[in-house]
Amino acid sequence: MSATTMEAAKRAAAHSHKSSLHRQRMWALWGSYIALGVFVVIFLVPPFYTLMTSLKSSAEISAQSGNPWIVRSPTLENFWYLITYPNFQTFYFNSVVVTLLTVVISMVISVMAAFSLARMGFWGSQTLSTSVFLTYLIPPSLLFIPLFQIVGAIGMINNVWCLILLYPTLAVPFCTWIMIGYFSSIPKELDEAALIDGAGYVQILVKIFIPVAMPGIIAATIFAFTVSWGAFLYPLAYLYTSNQMVLTVGIISDLIRGDVFQWGKIMAACLLASLPPIVIYAFLMDYYVAGLTAGATKG
Amino acid sequence: MADGSSVPIGAMAPASGAARQKGSLHKLARHRSTTAFLLCLPLILLIAAFVVYPAFYAIYLSMLNKKMTAFVGLNNFAFLLKRHTFQLVIFQSCLFAITAVVLKALLGFIIAHLMHNIPGGNQKIWRGLLLVPWVIPLALSTLSWWWMFDPSYSAFNWILNQFGFDNVPWLGVGWIARACTIVVNVWYGTPFFMIMYLAALKSVPEQLYEAASIDGAGAVQKLFFVTLPMMRNIIAITVLFSLIVTFADFDIVRILTSGGPQDMTHVFATYAFQVGIQSGDIPLGASVSLFMFPLLAFAAFFVLRGVTKRSKEIAA
Repeated sequence: MSATTMEAAKRAAAHSHKSSLHRQRMWALWGSYIALGVFVVIFLVPPFYTLMTSLKSSAEISAQSGNPWIVRSPTLENFWYLITYPNFQTFYFNSVVVTLLTVVISMVISVMAAFSLARMGFWGSQTLSTSVFLTYLIPPSLLFIPLFQIVGAIGMINNVWCLILLYPTLAVPFCTWIMIGYFSSIPKELDEAALIDGAGYVQILVKIFIPVAMPGIIAATIFAFTVSWGAFLYPLAYLYTSNQMVLTVGIISDLIRGDVFQWGKIMAACLLASLPPIVIYAFLMDYYVAGLTAGATKG
Repeated sequence: MADGSSVPIGAMAPASGAARQKGSLHKLARHRSTTAFLLCLPLILLIAAFVVYPAFYAIYLSMLNKKMTAFVGLNNFAFLLKRHTFQLVIFQSCLFAITAVVLKALLGFIIAHLMHNIPGGNQKIWRGLLLVPWVIPLALSTLSWWWMFDPSYSAFNWILNQFGFDNVPWLGVGWIARACTIVVNVWYGTPFFMIMYLAALKSVPEQLYEAASIDGAGAVQKLFFVTLPMMRNIIAITVLFSLIVTFADFDIVRILTSGGPQDMTHVFATYAFQVGIQSGDIPLGASVSLFMFPLLAFAAFFVLRGVTKRSKEIAA
């Protein structure tokens, strides 16, 4: 009898202790959700306001009456204007071409170099990997003035193709760095077996390393894409006519004429221009985050 | 990680190879390093042509006069240091970079902790939402901020008015404009810190926390004696990285204020752009951007040390 009551009391005590712990956890959990919610709201204010403005007509924007944070008579006229606006089409086209070529060139260069640096090695390859990393730490704002002279000397000022020469310098060092990491983590038995079977280095790279290190390649590709899609300083410094511009510079210099700000159109253009990165991140975020945290990068 | 301790393919083979094979193996090794070098050649050429050469060329340029006809030694640097505008630039660059990085690191740390508290399955969607600022190209999101700061249609001022406050000239007054550029940079950069710290938090072994609880440690003690020491290296690397990038930032200041009002928000990059490209004084512009070099070199040295250390920790 007494034993059972003791048991019950003990159980009750344990239960109450457990439930208070449980309650504490619940509070911590809900507190976290609420705080995160506040941060998300703050973080999403600019994109939200961009969306609202892009749906307004010029008349509604300049009327300045009532709450600017909501749209009263939503219209797609800004988007329609941009889609049919030849300059904007040119910017978009230029951005797509430059980005695609930059991504391909950067990935070819960095995958080849990373394979060589991670697995083959030659005299000075250790120094080279270190200097690749250091190169990554040199910001474009340190180099754009001498590059202005260099681009001028090769006659490519105001020529969108100069970006294809310059953008890889932004992407290649980091892409090489993460690819070295991924390649080094591949077990050596794999390529030794292939070597014994008589495969050449190129075959090992194409048939073994690239498929196995695919997550790394995806992460590096997204990085190269992000960098060349969003770059602003080089195109601003080297391009000055509308037919040569890319999106980042084109929106600013073409839709802002003197003191006339067509904010509805500017915001719609920002949305259209941010669409490709957003879509890519929506699907491939995990790869990118994994690659990034492995490579300890910048932001 | 790239710790450089990887053994080259085929380098193991000679150990078991007989002496008579030495000649052919030697040839193989040479062939291997030739191929290796050729694979690296595009990278070497690219970096030599568009990074190393411009870097040295910048030093040469900075020692010329405006018309680039005469060598003036260090006169450009001396001239800059005496100019009041440039002194403002140095001050603002340091203020901008240090304040922004500290805020980003703090907020990133807090958000990473909040994220770490919630169950894993939900983290993905929250992370996706929180990463939005970082996904949108900076030049474009800065345009949105500019529009929100707009003096006559300002969306922020509307909210202030609702609560009975006066309009704030967001980008029109020096110190407010400075704060605005920092806010935009913090908004953009915090998600990066968040994901880096979240990854680091996840790698702290749970047993350490359990051991700490058994020893009677509270939440604060756990933070200072378990979490922070375990994350020290990754915090150092991200902070230094971010310091480099923030210090060299161009997009935000250029779009938001173009350096105004009264040159109070100029940082090195925007000032170099204004002097070098817009006013056409290439040598002076090159000197301005070279002023960034000492701090960048300093930060780069420590980043490199941190990364090597971390690679060794991971390899060990």
